[in-house]
Amino acid sequence: MRLLEHQSKTLLGRFGLTMTEPTVVNSADAAAEAVRALGKPAVLKAQVPFGGRGKAGAIDFADSPAAASAAAARLLGLTLRSIRVAAVSVEPKLSFTRELYAGITWDTAAKLPVALLSVAGGIDVEHAEPVRQTFDPFLGLRSFHGREMAAAAGLTGKTLVAVGAAMEKLAKAFLALDAVTLEINPLVETEDRALVGLDAHVEIDDDAAQRQQPNLLGLGEIAAGASGRAPTPLELEAQRIDSMDHRGVAGRVVEFDGDLGLLIGGGGASLTVFDAIRRYGGRPANYCEVGGNPTEEKIAALVALLLSKPGVNKLAVIMNVVNNTRADVMARGLLAGIRQAGRDPRKTVSVFRIPGSWEDEARALLAEAGIEALGRDKSLDEAARLAVERSGGRAA
Amino acid sequence: MLLDPQAGILVQGITGREASAMVADMLAYGSRIDAGVTPGKGGQEVHGIPVFDTVAAAVAAHHPTTTIISVPASGVLDAALEAFAHGMKLCLIMTERVPRLDTCRLLAAARSAGCTVIGPNTLGLIRPGIAKLGTIGGRVDNVRRSFTPGRVAVLSRSGGMTTEIASFLTGRGIGQSIAIGVGGDPVVGSNFPELVAMLEDDPATDAVVIYGEPGGTAEEQLAEQLKRGKTRLRINAFLSGRFVDEMEGIRFGHAAVMVEGGKGSVRGKAAALKEAGVFVADRFDELAEGLPRSCG
Repeated sequence: MRLLEHQSKTLLGRFGLTMTEPTVVNSADAAAEAVRALGKPAVLKAQVPFGGRGKAGAIDFADSPAAASAAAARLLGLTLRSIRVAAVSVEPKLSFTRELYAGITWDTAAKLPVALLSVAGGIDVEHAEPVRQTFDPFLGLRSFHGREMAAAAGLTGKTLVAVGAAMEKLAKAFLALDAVTLEINPLVETEDRALVGLDAHVEIDDDAAQRQQPNLLGLGEIAAGASGRAPTPLELEAQRIDSMDHRGVAGRVVEFDGDLGLLIGGGGASLTVFDAIRRYGGRPANYCEVGGNPTEEKIAALVALLLSKPGVNKLAVIMNVVNNTRADVMARGLLAGIRQAGRDPRKTVSVFRIPGSWEDEARALLAEAGIEALGRDKSLDEAARLAVERSGGRAA
Repeated sequence: MLLDPQAGILVQGITGREASAMVADMLAYGSRIDAGVTPGKGGQEVHGIPVFDTVAAAVAAHHPTTTIISVPASGVLDAALEAFAHGMKLCLIMTERVPRLDTCRLLAAARSAGCTVIGPNTLGLIRPGIAKLGTIGGRVDNVRRSFTPGRVAVLSRSGGMTTEIASFLTGRGIGQSIAIGVGGDPVVGSNFPELVAMLEDDPATDAVVIYGEPGGTAEEQLAEQLKRGKTRLRINAFLSGRFVDEMEGIRFGHAAVMVEGGKGSVRGKAAALKEAGVFVADRFDELAEGLPRSCG
């Protein structure tokens, strides 16, 4: 879960970190009113869940209510990475003497949290080599670690002391919030030597969403799936089908523009098969994942959905040797889904390859419908090649 | 080596539905399960295995040194710390969706306690013909069809692909010394670098097959390690998810599978492994290239 800037700032403020306080508005009039109340030059920022807003034209400045109204109207008309801008923050434009970058994330190689500090904050931070310090996930990062980092970054005096204290608070927030990424960029030093965060970004571990609910209360709507593009109607319907029943996975569909429907799984085999289909010149209509023994009803609904995509006449059904998923349940769901879609199973299934648990029962069910199931002697690669060949694509 | 057949096994969360089915399959394959733990259910039995309220009580009665954790995600950190406090040397964590903070905390504690952790989010590991830990391979008839004894170790980021690869090798007369699902999460206890280092000293293993995916740095770390010191092992790798390279920021398959900021691409992993002397199969079917065919 990636939180918006204003949500991130609210959370970090609770840990004693000083942040600029945004007023969040949804209209040009409200933006003008906010700048009038402020009585000084303001910065307006589109509230979208990704970085690089300056370069994307999602940040603007206004020194009058009229200018704020115009800027907000423009920002609220933007669609960035297929997300429509629904809210804009208004906050005072601050003057400062120094820009820093401070962040915490996970070092997945060391399996420890790592704090990062750079004296080159702002939009070009990616080009500056930060000071790194891993720390104990029980004890956190102490102020002395923070001061050591500040010293290594070339800071001295009051700034060094203030940055050390800020790093401890940041680390405390990181652990308490189950964050996977937490950044203040820029963290600026004002003329009176105060450290203030102008922009912040908190991303919370999806697997900790439940226990983080108390911290997220009152922050407003949390944007879902903030990465990549917005889901298509077919992908949303697949999500709905998958959540019909908690047993097993029959979803996680990503739509592609080809014509060969794929019912593939589990997690690793679906990646393997998708690669192989493309290598043999096939044009997948979708990626998906099936596993964990989903119900017949879920599979049937997913199959009917995949066949509802215009141009999709053939379906390839390929899974790894299954451990827990039952091949016969897959076969029943497949046949039911094809019939729901009003298609002929024999003409629709290009290959069926699910060896493992209950494979003999699956083979018998498919034989009745006139389909010959492939066994484990046909590899994932060979099954993909046959699927392409039988669906009229190229074959190697 | 991992999974000493003499070492007794403990199952934490043994009274759960999935754990109970797993215990039946493991016993049928010959694994030596000593005891189970479910707080509040001490005194019960699961498939004839005694259940205790605490790890302390189970250890006092039976002295297991290996544990399998199959409890809800919110209870994994506590269960693991309990296991380390009572001397477990090998800990397998089957649970999915363990918060990252809990995983890293329990791994820090495991390092202090000298315990090897496999998982979270693993189906387990197997030494064909000897014993298995976890649900790997499923029912015992499927396990026997897929896995055969031999001298090739299989290390996989996908549980399902562990069985697929073993079955593929078995079909070509290539047996396995051990097969391990390392777990599908971005942070796991033992990944390719640690496990290949362990296999280097295993007299039962001559070659290693690795199944990798986009995301994370396990493959790159292994490549670095192999470049630093020579290995006696033949290493074959297959990397899936080449298409994910073109789709930054979208997650596919396991929780760890995502290319971000140009990092974790299959292209980069394949290049690093090749440079380190690993045979990287372009197609899954090439995975058996140059592996010892001697079964048994």
